[in-house]
Amino acid sequence: MHNPQLNANGELTHLLSIEGLPRELIHQILDTASSFIEVSDRDVKKVPLLRGKSVFNVFFENSTRTRTTFEIAAKRLSADVINLDVTRSSTAKGETLLDTVDNLIAMHADMFVVRHAASGAPHLITEHLRRLGRNDVHVVNAGDGRHAHPTQGLLDMYTIRHYKKDFSNLVVAVVGDILHSRVARSDITALTTLGAAEVRAVGPKTLLPAAIERMGVRVCHDLREGVRDCDVVIMLRLQNERMNGALLPSAREYFSCYGLTPEILALAKPDAIVMHPGPMNRGVEIDSDVADGPQAVILPQVTFGIAVRMAVMGILAGN
Amino acid sequence: MNRQNLHIRNARLIDPRNGLDEPLDLFVSDARITAIGQPPAGFSADRSIDASGLIVCPGLVDLSTRLGGIEPELAAAVAGGVTSLACPPDTKPPLDEPGLVERLVRRSETLGLARVYPIGALTQALAGQRLAEMNGLARAGCIGFSQANQPIDTQLLLRAMQYAATFSYALRLRPQDQFLARDGVAHDGEVASRLGLTGIPVSAETVAVATALQLASETGVRLHLSRLSSAAGVELVRAAKRSRLPVSCDVAIHHLHLSEMDIGYFDSNARFDPPLRAHSDRDALRAAVREGLAAICSDHTPVDADGKQLPFAEATPGATGLELLLPLTLLWAQQVKLPLAEALARITCDPAEILGIDGGSLSVGSRADICIFDPDEAWRVSPEALRSQGKNTPYLGYEMSGRVRMTLVGGRIVFEA
Repeated sequence: MHNPQLNANGELTHLLSIEGLPRELIHQILDTASSFIEVSDRDVKKVPLLRGKSVFNVFFENSTRTRTTFEIAAKRLSADVINLDVTRSSTAKGETLLDTVDNLIAMHADMFVVRHAASGAPHLITEHLRRLGRNDVHVVNAGDGRHAHPTQGLLDMYTIRHYKKDFSNLVVAVVGDILHSRVARSDITALTTLGAAEVRAVGPKTLLPAAIERMGVRVCHDLREGVRDCDVVIMLRLQNERMNGALLPSAREYFSCYGLTPEILALAKPDAIVMHPGPMNRGVEIDSDVADGPQAVILPQVTFGIAVRMAVMGILAGN
Repeated sequence: MNRQNLHIRNARLIDPRNGLDEPLDLFVSDARITAIGQPPAGFSADRSIDASGLIVCPGLVDLSTRLGGIEPELAAAVAGGVTSLACPPDTKPPLDEPGLVERLVRRSETLGLARVYPIGALTQALAGQRLAEMNGLARAGCIGFSQANQPIDTQLLLRAMQYAATFSYALRLRPQDQFLARDGVAHDGEVASRLGLTGIPVSAETVAVATALQLASETGVRLHLSRLSSAAGVELVRAAKRSRLPVSCDVAIHHLHLSEMDIGYFDSNARFDPPLRAHSDRDALRAAVREGLAAICSDHTPVDADGKQLPFAEATPGATGLELLLPLTLLWAQQVKLPLAEALARITCDPAEILGIDGGSLSVGSRADICIFDPDEAWRVSPEALRSQGKNTPYLGYEMSGRVRMTLVGGRIVFEA
């Protein structure tokens, strides 16, 4: 099947998902990100890679944090950045997703950074662009429904590579609400593509999607078993609306079974790192002593995230 | 000219009901088939149709056709060789009033294309609250009753079955448990998990099938289960038939060919209700149809472009099917190496028997509803090639083998290519 994010030469023209990205391409993005890390330490934090280009942040779902990191990344590449809060404007008036896209194309957008509540929405946009013959317009998926959050997946891989160097011997646990998590899907796909020795999906049966083992993970329902001898523990955010209901009885019970405490973390390798895509629910999925402890690399994740997003936008603009 | 004497000659005549598959001439007079092989005494043809290299079979009978615009869809039906079709009650407004049913029947009779057999709403407005007036609806022309895709609680379902059984009305159900299917848009399996789509578990079907079978055996209602999608679902029906329950079922043509894998990267043309399931389910559906446990329906659902140009979960389920029913059935027969006469039974005499209508056979004396097709003619599926207003199908761009050349309804040529 044709991979909609690669052109005929196998180059990245959109970033929609980690799925289908060759291992070398992922490393190429991470290497490029590495070269951008020092830009953020300069007095003038800018490179002219996207000068004269217009990057539209089109967020159909609110997320100030993610939008801000994309905005910073685009600005450090010297792009003109336009933020559109679509949740409050056109769609409220009945405009369809593709109507909105057509309007933004008419405003000469060079790149769309899209967040949408529906899985596959960015794919729909790229398919539309393909039909229009606009292969000069690029799409970056900033999170679609439960499907994918590829820049988060890439920044997580950057973080792991930074601390662990090589993926081939790593045991990684992804813990929590995997069912609803686009971050989990992107991380799992990236880790299996990069050849991690073992990826564990840890959570209660209500929060694990059907046939998840087909994604190449080992399923664990017990947190202790899941964390034991891990090199990396990735904790997932539990959304407020899922804390009480059919999936879980309460946040308190969830924390008692799946919350990462220092005692549980002690079962992992001594040099294990703890990651979280943020924002954290302290006392729900993660204990403050872990979140603020020496093994947490949650804030470096944020820093690396800007370099990774610069890398993605820089590579897309060149293809 | 409507009631002319026709002589169809040089054809390969296939009539599954009567076990015929041989070169035979066919004679039509006064809207009926009057002879096969030799002309009846004193027959003189007004028109002689040379069907060399073509197959003559009964007009197709479709168990589920949604009509958007009546005229284009009935034109699509006869272009696809379909001469009789059952229309589910989820029209706008739903078929819960005798007047609406009469109007639909009258309108289709005026058009004189395919015959339309309405399925009445089981409950008023399909709301699942109060029974519809089944007697009045039956008198207006309904040949059975159904909730279409709308939910119904089990107590009302029991009552509806009791009431329908009282008058020997057939009941059709699309078995899906509303709670297990809640918010779901795709088969709860590998693909939905990978793509982050909310799943509909197989148990949504099996729970509903088991419930329906249990209540049907208690009430004695004649039950037809529409559009089964899973291996476990057809297995329940197989077991029920073994214990001699009067139940029948069908499988939509798309489910005979496609699986969850065909969703690819969120292709909304592969959004169906019920969802496309796993490969193993598809194989079990093929086996069930092959053995005659299930008939095939087109599940024709015209969806306009706006309904599909949306993220997968927001897109309208369904695809155009009338004009693909025959070629996709031929393709399946070829793939599973089933003799044509047996394969065509699934879209002619089997559904006619389920609906209890005169049709689906070439018996002498029966209505001259006939499909003449070229089994080898290739054509490409494109919006322009389809007469239906529904242009959406996962088969857009595909080459099909098998094209209808002529369709007769009641001895009248209603389509000719």
